[in-house]
This record gives sequence, structure tokens and C-alpha cells, in this order.
Amino acid sequence: MVKSRSAYSTPSKVGKLDTHIFVVWVDNEAGVLARVVGLFSGRGYNIESLAVAEIDHKKNLSRVTIVTTGTPQVIEQITLQLKKLVPVHKVANFKREDKKVIFKEMALLKVVGNSAKIKKVLNACKKYNPVILDKTNKSVVIQITALRREIDSVIKNLKPLGLVSASRTGAVAMTRGAEIFN
Amino acid sequence: MGNLYSGAEIVFKSLEDQKVEYIFGYPGGAVLPIYDELKNHPTIKHILVRHEQGAGHAAEGYARSSGKPGVVLVTSGPGATNVVTALTDAYMDSVPLVCISGQVPTHLIGTDAFQECDTTGITRPCTKHNWLVKDINDLPRIMHEAFEVATTGRPGPVLVDIPKDVQFAKAKYFKPKKEKKLNGKTLNKFDQKAIDQLIELMKKASKPVFYTGGGVINSGPKASELLRELVALTGFPITSTLQGLGAYPGDDNQFLGMLGMHGTYEANNAMHDCDLLINIGARFDDRITGKIDEFSPKSKKVHIDIDPSSINKIVKVDLSIVGDVAEVISATSKTLKKKNLNLEKSNKQKISKWWKQIQKWRTKQSLNFINSDTIIKPQHAVQRLYELTKNQDTYITTEVGQHQMWAAQHYKFNKPNRWMTSGGLGTMGYGLPAAVGVQVAHPKKLVVDIAGEASVLMTIQEMSTAVQYNLPIKIFILNNQYMGMVRQWQELLHEKNYSESYSSALPDFVKLAEAYGCIGIRAKSPNELDKKIEEMINVDKPVIFDCLVDQEENCFPMIPSGKPHNKMLLGPRDQEESKITGKGKALV
Repeated sequence: MVKSRSAYSTPSKVGKLDTHIFVVWVDNEAGVLARVVGLFSGRGYNIESLAVAEIDHKKNLSRVTIVTTGTPQVIEQITLQLKKLVPVHKVANFKREDKKVIFKEMALLKVVGNSAKIKKVLNACKKYNPVILDKTNKSVVIQITALRREIDSVIKNLKPLGLVSASRTGAVAMTRGAEIFN
Repeated sequence: MGNLYSGAEIVFKSLEDQKVEYIFGYPGGAVLPIYDELKNHPTIKHILVRHEQGAGHAAEGYARSSGKPGVVLVTSGPGATNVVTALTDAYMDSVPLVCISGQVPTHLIGTDAFQECDTTGITRPCTKHNWLVKDINDLPRIMHEAFEVATTGRPGPVLVDIPKDVQFAKAKYFKPKKEKKLNGKTLNKFDQKAIDQLIELMKKASKPVFYTGGGVINSGPKASELLRELVALTGFPITSTLQGLGAYPGDDNQFLGMLGMHGTYEANNAMHDCDLLINIGARFDDRITGKIDEFSPKSKKVHIDIDPSSINKIVKVDLSIVGDVAEVISATSKTLKKKNLNLEKSNKQKISKWWKQIQKWRTKQSLNFINSDTIIKPQHAVQRLYELTKNQDTYITTEVGQHQMWAAQHYKFNKPNRWMTSGGLGTMGYGLPAAVGVQVAHPKKLVVDIAGEASVLMTIQEMSTAVQYNLPIKIFILNNQYMGMVRQWQELLHEKNYSESYSSALPDFVKLAEAYGCIGIRAKSPNELDKKIEEMINVDKPVIFDCLVDQEENCFPMIPSGKPHNKMLLGPRDQEESKITGKGKALV
């Protein structure tokens, strides 16, 4: 490492990067997503995926799920900064490897090809509960729900079989068992 | 009950209920209904500035010197964008501000209407929170919440953007609720266990040091009293950040002076060599820590702060106590007294060696400079100003640059809230409008802006405000015709290539003062300095004091680029030995 000769500190060794999933409960109001996202972009933290929707209409609550990578220090800082935002009610943060948490993403996949190819396609994603949402004699739209890397591999496998378009959601998360996060 | 009020009335009713006495502002199309309502509220006085940035800094000066939130009122578009610098400044230095901005009518938002801008979008990253009031029924709640957010936890600026049609619309008003909880974001309660741990660390320490910051000031005057008690109880040395000056008496023997880039030799060496560092309300700013991996390498670190996100942000600490500084100090002192009645004495024995070392560092007299009897040295000017004003309760503001550091080094503060300077953002042009705000809060007190000629020209228009409201602020310009700090860095890092740091067409400040309708005084030589300063103090009018100082003087001591605390540049003689070279240049 180059020795710092600056009044500004130079970056010290970057620690191990972990992928974390943040779940943030926020008031569903204008600009709240910009606040949450701005906190990441303003600090140079990258967002891998994002899912947000209202979960309680009466209480006007939305649940934001953010996947990001960072050193433990960065992750801690994000958590604390998120908690400081006025419309934020609570913040949970899990490691991707966390066995106590279920993560899921959904993808819509459009394949164009003859029926033989489509059969192959359905076979290729059998493991991920494919649901056929639309079918014509030369195309199909399939919905699958799976982990990010699983969807990655499905997409890779379907490309040669006529995949023309893929649309994916961000990850959503839920803890296993009876406990809820407080 | 049941009375309907217009949005503009609701704004003023909530300001009254929040006990606001002054607002700093500038009218314009989108805030006219609010300005129209002003006449009906005699307890609230409006100070008309000359530029919205001035309104923001004046409100900062008001807030920092009085402990009350500053209130700013600006129009949409340019009014709002002009205040952004002041909001960012307040955000960095944790100053409570409530900024009310007008907005184009709701139906025109997003149409590029005249004087429209996305005010909440622009100010989102430089406020603690902001609101666009789209429904008049939300206005009373939002107004009260704005004050709550600005003044609780780590204080800071907030902004309420009110479209013009909402200012006209009518709704019910309700008073602020007491003890409102903002999503549970109330003060963090610390644990007595943490206090016990702190005391354990204090007992074991043989080279302890207190490092205190603006958090002590923000916690209120009581915190400063408690800090003095704690420091006396422990016998530990104490150093302060730029923002913390005044929380502990600057002329006390246990005070090592300011630390950091232009801090004293003894303070920085104590930080480097200590075995226990107790940070109270400071944030390990990069001007303080210097090179981060060599920052205080041998110490156990304790961090007391009201903001949980400040902990471990820059420096990993061994013990963190999240809470209001005053409460934490008070709990610490109480426990100390209860548990270890003789800690004071045993500690003194234990740390006497440490004090001996500190005395040795002190003999370096790192703030010394070579005085002259033909030309005014800027440090000498600040020292004389201090000597001639220390017998009265004086409030000092500054601009940003060399003069700011000389003021911090040579002016000794004994009370909190007497020192207003832009630390985090380093905003040139801060001091003059801030002085306006301070004088508004303290009409009978002496308020001096220690300024540089370059900085002060950025907001010089506010002299007009000072004259309008008979605010006898004193603008004490250390005039070296250079952007001194820029010139100093260019001398040290860029082979004396003074690129664009010399102002070759400065105004005649004495005539400028006269043009504004205030008093201009010029001092050219050291032998007339005292007389002129006294003349300035005794005038009951705004004064611009043009103090012609040595153009070549540099601000020492300093921690040069990329060096840790114990490798300081001490002064002209020391300079040759430690030149800054290579990559550091790019990083300053």
C-alpha cells in the first residue's frame, strides 16, 4: 500500500465484503424511497437489488428489502444511518448465508420457439415451480420463484433455448419459524 | 375550537407556540401569503437579509449562541437553492435550523413553473428531514415535527416546503403535543454498566486524555459545567476540537489547547501517546485524526455521543456510550464520587509522570511566532483583540482560513456558545452573517467576526442588514490580500505557485464601510493596533476593521500531509526538515 502523505486519510485495508439483506419498515409516503436509496448512493454504497411495496394499508407501512455488499463496518454504518431516518420504523439485516432466513426472488421469462423447445424449457426449470402465465403456439411466458443464483443459472440455460426477455424482482426475505423480527 | 386558519396563519401560530422570536428571511412570490401574515404577529420579528445564504448563516449564529433553533424563511427556486450552503453547513456542524420555503402552487409542481425547483429533492441530503406539505391539514403536525426533529438527538437543519396554494388554504390548528415520539427515535438511554466500565478504564489509565467536541456545547451550558467538574475530579488533561472550544476554560492549566491539524504540540502528542482516550461529543473528524492508521495507536478509546451512527464510523472504539453528553458526564461524576472518593488523589499520583511529559511538550510553545514591530503579525492582532476584549462577555465568529485557525489558537474562550465557526463544511462567508445572528440574539454584547479579506467578500452584503437593524457587529479583517490558507498549501505543496490565490483588486474596506453607513477603521502598524481596536470596541455601530497584516505569515503548528499526530511542523525554523512530497499533494 502506498504510504499516505495526505491530510485526508487514505483508505485503510478493505475488509471482507459480505452480502447482506436489509429489511426496512417505512412510512409509505412520497420521497421515502429516495431517502433510503439516497443514503446508499450518497455514501457510495451499491444496491444489488431492491424490492418495495406497501404491506399494511391501514398503518400506511411499506417494507423495503435491499440487497447490498459491504464490509462489516459499512454494513453497521448503513444500519445505523437507516435507523436515523424519520420515516423508518425498524431495520433488520441478515447475511445472505443466514440459515434462519428465507430469501426469494421471482422472474418472468419469455421464450420464443416451437413446442419441442418449449417443452425442453419447462423441463429445464422444473425445479423452480414454473407457472405458465401465457402460452401461444410459438411462445411461452413462465414465472419462477427461486434464489438469485438459481435464477441466474436458469437464465443462462434458457438462452440457447430461445429466451428473449427476462424480468426479475429484487429479493424479499422472511425469517423461518414463529418468531418475527422486532 | 373549530376555527379555521390559513396555511400562513398556521405557520405563525406554530412559530409562536414554538416560542420563536426571530426569523431570518427574504420575501418572494411563493412566500407572499406568509409575509402578508407577518404584521399580525408582533412577538415574531423578521430580520431581512440581503441574500438567502446570509439568512441561513445568521440563523446558525443565532442558534449556536442562544441554544435555540434558528428559523429561516425563503421563497421558492433561487431562494431555496441559495440557502443550501447554509443548510449543509448546519448539517455538518449539528446546528438546529428550521427552514420554511415557499413553493409554486401544487398544481404547477413538476411543470417547470416560474421560480420552481425540486426543493425537497435538492435539500434531502443536507437536512435531517424535509417535508413537502401537499395537504393543509398536515401543516400543523409537520411544523411541530420540524422543530422536534431539528432540536432532538444530534441537532440539525430541517426544511418545510409549502406550496403557495397551501399557504392560502384553510384548516384547523392544534398545538404541539408534549413528549411526541418520532418512531421511537427518542434519546438513547445508556446503561450504568457502561459508566462503571468507563470508570474502570479511568482507574487503570496512566496516560489519559479527554478529547471533547461540539457535542458538549450542543448539550447545553449545563454540560460544560459538568465537564469542568469531571475534569477537576479526575485531574486528567483535556483537549478540544475546533467546535468544542469554550466548553472548558481556554486558560485553565489542565487544558492543552485545541488538537488536530493546527492544534498545539502538547495536545496532539498527548493524543498520540495516551493510553486512554475519552471522546466526549466529538466525531473523529479527519482534521483531527490525521493519518487514521497511526491515530492514537496505543490507547483504549471511549466514545460518548448522542448519535449512534457516529460510533465506530471512523475509529473503532473499545467502549461506546450513546447518550446526551450532560447526562453521561453527570452519571460518571456521580459514580466517581460515590465509588472512589480517593480516585482523584491516587490518580494524580499515577498520572503525574504523564503531566511531566505534557509539561515537556508545552515548553515547545508551539503557538509562538516571531513578532515584529514594523508589521502587524496576524497572531499578534488576535492576541491583542483577546487581551482588549477578555474583560467583557465577547462573542466571536469567524470566516474560514488562516484567520480562523489563528483565532482558534490565540483567542481563549471561557464559556460555551461564545465561538461560532464553520468547521465541518468550512464555509467562507460564514462569519459576517453569523455575527448578525449572534448580535440579534445578544443585542448588548460585543460580537466580533474575525475575518479574512477574501472570505468576508463572499457575504459582505449583509453589512447592510447590520446597519438596518442597528446591529453593532465588528468585522475584524486580517487582511493579507491572499486567500491565506490556499497560499499556505501552495507554498508547502505546489512549489510556491500561487495560482489564483492573490486578490489584486480588493475594495478599500474603510470606504466600503462608509458606503454601507458604518464605521471603517484601518490599522497599519503594530504601535497603533491597540488604540484602533479600542476605538472599534467603543463604537456603538457596525465596524469594518481593516487590519493590514504580514502577507507571508503561515499558520503553525500544523500536521503536514499524511503525518501522524506526533510529527508536527512547528514553525518557520522547523519547516525545512519535513517537506511534503509525492502522492500526498493530490490528496490534500
